Amino acid sequence: MLLSNDHGRLLSPLGAKITLGLLLAAGVLVPLLNLAVPQDSVFHVPTYLVSLLGKYLCFALLALSVDLIWGYCGILSLGHGAFFALGGYAMGMHLMRQIGDRGVYGHPVLPDFMVFLNWKELPWYWYGFDSFPFAMLMVVLVPGLLALVFGWLAFRSRVTGVYLSIITQAMTFALLLAFFRNDMGFGGNNGLTDFKDLLGFDLQSDGTRAALFATSALALALAYLLCRWIVGSKLGRVLIAIRDAESRTRFLGYRVEFYKLFVFVLSAMLAGIAGALYVPQVGIINPSEFSPANSIEIVIWVAVGGRGYLHGAILGAVLVNYAKTYLTGAAPEIWLFFLGGLFIAVTVFMPKGIIGSLEQVSARVPLLARVAGGRQ
Amino acid sequence: MKSVIRGAMSAAAMAAVLAGGAAAQAADDVIKVGVLHSLSGTMAISETTLKDTVLMMVDDLNKSGGLLGKQVEAVVVDPASDWPLFAEKARELLEKEQVDVVFGCWTSVSRKSVLPVFEELNGLLFYPVQYEGEESSRNVFYTGAAPNQQAIPAVEYLMSEDGGGAERFVLLGTDYVYPRTTNKILRAFLNEKGVSDADIMENYTPFGHSDWQTIVADVKEFASQGKKTAVVSTINGDANVPFYKELGNQGIAAEEIPVVAFSVGEEELAGLDTGPLVGHLAAWNYFMSVEADVNDGFIEQWHAFIGDEDRVTNDPMEATYIGFKMWTQAVKQAGTTEVNAVRQAMYGQTVPNLTGGTAVMNANHHLSKPVLIGEIQDDGMIETVWSTDKEVVGDAWSDFIPESSKLTADWTYPWVCGNCEAPTYATN
Amino acid sequence: MFRKVLRISLVAVALAVLLPAAARADLLQDLQALTEKSNETKAAAVESLAAGGHERALPILEAYLDGQLFQVKADDRMVIGEEAGKGYRIFDAVTGEAAGELGKRKLRKVRINNRLRQVVKAALGGLTLGSADPAARMRAADAVFRSAPAEMVAPLEAALASEENARVAERLRRALAATRLVNAEDSALRVAALQTLADFTDPDVRAVVAGVLRNDDAGAPLESDAAVRAAAQETLATIERALEFNRFLASIFQGISLGSVLLLAAIGLAITFGVMGVINMAHGEMVMLGAYTTFVVQEVFRTSFPGAFDYSLAVAIPAGFLVTGLVGIGIERGIIRFLYGRPLETLLATWGLSLILQQLVRSIFGPTNREVGNPSWMSGAWEVAGGLTLTYNRLWIIVFALVVFALLMALIRFSSYGLQMRAVTQNRPMASSMGIRTGWVDAMTFGLGSGIAGMAGVALSQIDNVSPNLGQGYIIDSFMVVVFGGVGNLWGTLVGAFSLGLVNKFLEPYAGAVLGKILVLVVVILFIQKRPRGLFALRGRAVEN
Repeated sequence: MLLSNDHGRLLSPLGAKITLGLLLAAGVLVPLLNLAVPQDSVFHVPTYLVSLLGKYLCFALLALSVDLIWGYCGILSLGHGAFFALGGYAMGMHLMRQIGDRGVYGHPVLPDFMVFLNWKELPWYWYGFDSFPFAMLMVVLVPGLLALVFGWLAFRSRVTGVYLSIITQAMTFALLLAFFRNDMGFGGNNGLTDFKDLLGFDLQSDGTRAALFATSALALALAYLLCRWIVGSKLGRVLIAIRDAESRTRFLGYRVEFYKLFVFVLSAMLAGIAGALYVPQVGIINPSEFSPANSIEIVIWVAVGGRGYLHGAILGAVLVNYAKTYLTGAAPEIWLFFLGGLFIAVTVFMPKGIIGSLEQVSARVPLLARVAGGRQ
Repeated sequence: MKSVIRGAMSAAAMAAVLAGGAAAQAADDVIKVGVLHSLSGTMAISETTLKDTVLMMVDDLNKSGGLLGKQVEAVVVDPASDWPLFAEKARELLEKEQVDVVFGCWTSVSRKSVLPVFEELNGLLFYPVQYEGEESSRNVFYTGAAPNQQAIPAVEYLMSEDGGGAERFVLLGTDYVYPRTTNKILRAFLNEKGVSDADIMENYTPFGHSDWQTIVADVKEFASQGKKTAVVSTINGDANVPFYKELGNQGIAAEEIPVVAFSVGEEELAGLDTGPLVGHLAAWNYFMSVEADVNDGFIEQWHAFIGDEDRVTNDPMEATYIGFKMWTQAVKQAGTTEVNAVRQAMYGQTVPNLTGGTAVMNANHHLSKPVLIGEIQDDGMIETVWSTDKEVVGDAWSDFIPESSKLTADWTYPWVCGNCEAPTYATN
Repeated sequence: MFRKVLRISLVAVALAVLLPAAARADLLQDLQALTEKSNETKAAAVESLAAGGHERALPILEAYLDGQLFQVKADDRMVIGEEAGKGYRIFDAVTGEAAGELGKRKLRKVRINNRLRQVVKAALGGLTLGSADPAARMRAADAVFRSAPAEMVAPLEAALASEENARVAERLRRALAATRLVNAEDSALRVAALQTLADFTDPDVRAVVAGVLRNDDAGAPLESDAAVRAAAQETLATIERALEFNRFLASIFQGISLGSVLLLAAIGLAITFGVMGVINMAHGEMVMLGAYTTFVVQEVFRTSFPGAFDYSLAVAIPAGFLVTGLVGIGIERGIIRFLYGRPLETLLATWGLSLILQQLVRSIFGPTNREVGNPSWMSGAWEVAGGLTLTYNRLWIIVFALVVFALLMALIRFSSYGLQMRAVTQNRPMASSMGIRTGWVDAMTFGLGSGIAGMAGVALSQIDNVSPNLGQGYIIDSFMVVVFGGVGNLWGTLVGAFSLGLVNKFLEPYAGAVLGKILVLVVVILFIQKRPRGLFALRGRAVEN
């Protein structure tokens, strides 16, 4: 078995409290320090940092969704970027519609790229995206629906292990190619960009950025609580049983495929929400989000932080992305050596990720033990 | 609850540390030049050369005493061919590093990704690659070719007697905005010239497409209908080598079906045995083979800087060169690196280009450049076979697209606008 | 009367005396005209050269076509240059005498472009129709076929009458028919020409015939003779039918070719991933390393043994195998062996490794494409029939893929190492207790898989870019093939590769390249639902772990 299933770890109270505390504090403090503190103060958080941290939080939410299925149900999805991107596209479509006639060609309804491709009217699948509630619904529905169909097909016919991983990769790759096509009506390779405002708030203003950051922090905190609740419930026990011995669980009478389907769809929806929060903060969504390499990277964040620890996923996402941000600036020519080395070192020397390793040294250092959520 | 408070306190401490780190002030005695080209990922193959070009220019400038009495420092970052990362890195350069100007981007999507950042923070970007037009931002200077400086003259040449008098056209491209736009403009242009839609075949392939058997066979087929046929290729980057290899092996000779490419330069040909490709064409504003003293000097400088006699020069390098020279001139003229002042000083700025003429920056943020059509030689060079008599003014908005033909880009008074149908300020 | 005779004879005598000098002067004048700027002047000069009948016209035109005609900058002399080291060995264009060597910068190339190439080729066609070399006669016949000038009818008839080589005679017949079709006045002759052309299943012939049926701008037929039009329609239909069938054959070839590329790319992975269970994300980089090995080997050949360049691949294949095989063994001993039993973690480590290898290659060889040449036996195409050309590089790659596969199967089935390998993968503890050094077998197996990937890289360098991104383009397809075929079954990989290749190529004409690929991916996804363990599923308990 890959991981022991002492459930004490699942509910590690101190680690969870710190995670939640950090999230809420960041959600309040970062916007506050950005907006209320004068620019020349040492405590001022520049806007650049706000959107950067906001992006990390979206990635953390995405990592959390992957950890939920991989760490607790043994489903390794190498295509989770697809759900993230679909959520992002749903949000992007809403933002495009919000531009209205402020595009370069000044068309009242059609986005610039459609005017340009000689489209005469909005394709049917763009209907309704001018309404914010509808778009938000789509943010969870579209990824959820895809996950439902895909999962239903895959889990029912008991596609497992690497086979499942590879076909999720095929799925995201097929979507990548599809969204690349300009004829699809999603802006081709350039994707959707040049957004103006969201719910009437200017996307480029500091206030909107701060609000988006706070929303991301809140969304992550709520999702974290939800995941904790799920893995701590009876349902969570069954999931872990499936992870560790799928056939035995099935023989015990559980409808394994329904459990898997439920958690897979939920995870896809969380990824969709992460994508929707991500798009207004980075200002662009395009097909490269579907690339299999991106999806592999998500899995790596989880592995680095610690698979099977919800706060591990969050930590991994933030840490790896911070490393990427830092290294691409500080060592632009050789950063891939560091990043690649990090991945190898973590897998070889810290098979359970950072949190898992903390747990291992915990025997001697009680505080660490409690943070990592070891036996108490 | 106690632990939540403890967590909150440590978060505050962390935020303070991060903020303190980010607020590092730019030193006053250097001028910072940002370089935003991918050094890893799919685009590294093209963009790394441009990073080196900027470094060479910076080096050169410092050797001749710097700018405004200050040393110039290049800040290189790697956006890793990752489009959202481009936006992040642009923000980092402008806000954290406080650079005075940025040279960067290659693909359209990377430019689109950083555009809002530059406009929000009033930065200055020099974009050195031929592109689809349909854009003029106050914060970007486009030093590559617009479609009217590359595509249209090339097709005119193909239709002329010297070019073979083509009557039937295959438009092959990678499926993204540059080929789509260029082909749209070309279709409109060809229709105007009396070429019917039945004589135009359009085909799009994904990035990095490597199996060209079917498409090359289709082209052969299309060409065998009794009319002289030419291929216009906007195939991007990596896909070109397998395309040309297939072309050569299937024995498509240039004098029967000439292929004119807008994205294939010396650098792309360097990875290829060009023997079977002799006679196929490329349209650019610069070829390494152009005989001009200033070009010889540039090539020599490049070879010395990169330490490799075999490295080639290409059009985007010339565009980077012109952009950098223009920016230094504008800074000297303005006496400051402040963006608004430099922008004003840019208009009408002239720099000798590398082909023996003069590049002028126009009020629409595009350059005037000569258009050269060249044939590929067996040594991987492209030799000019035709060129415009004088420099062509870059058009931000194409005349051949109805929606855009009515738009004007002019950033000087009274227009002061990148896409307007009437001046922003009334003149009388 | 007498005066007239006298005048004629005088002219004849003058001609006889003056002709060599006059021809020489014409030759010089035409040569000079080639350096003019105007393409009209140049074209006229080419035609005049060919018509002048001077013995030097042929070598001059040939040199011009090959870009070897130069003007010496110092004295404007016209010379033919052969590349020699950094400069050229030059020969006087008019006399053909050797005139020493000159540096590149001292010579001005006489410019040629596509239009002139066409004129030169047509002119050469007329000049070489009587050549002793059958290949030259064939080229000449094809050149005449393309230009179809009226004055060539008689020479073609003469050439056809005396031609002994059957293949050349075919081409001459084709050229004659096309020339008659275009130039003859007599309707019956043209109809007969069209009937002759119907024997040639060839896109070029189709182009000529379709030309007869063209309409003018107002939509009225350009050809006024109804009988000719009818014959042309018939011929066109015949050719179309034959071409249709050839296109079908071509699709099969293309599918098999794509399949062989997929097979090559996937077969190494079928071992490291399929047999050993390592989710080897660095597989693509092994392919890339093989391609770069080819580049290095070719560089050595270029600098040290330029004459033996055609054999460079014979060295590159084992070199590629050894280099990547050793790298593979290094990886297995250094990283992978700590990760057995944790297959998903091999994914992460090898992903990190692939990043490092890409950057390493980028640092060493630079980010730009590197030139890997095709040896002459891999260049060009085999024209089986009109519309069906099989390119040699793809033909050889098909052969190579099958040979590699056969060797691998033989190794696994018949060698003692193969036996040990199968034992270890089927039951490690048992194999170990039987005295098999499992560690050694693991290292060798990973090395074997990597080495095969390296050989694939050698082959792929012949059709694709050699850049640090090379491997990334194949990794997903490789995984698809292995999974589609069934993990752990090499036959599955073989069948999987060729079926995906064929499906892709038959979809492409209808759906386009992009949609075709998407459809193939969807097919794979749905197929896995039907057969969750691939085409050739392994059975038994080992599968469950």
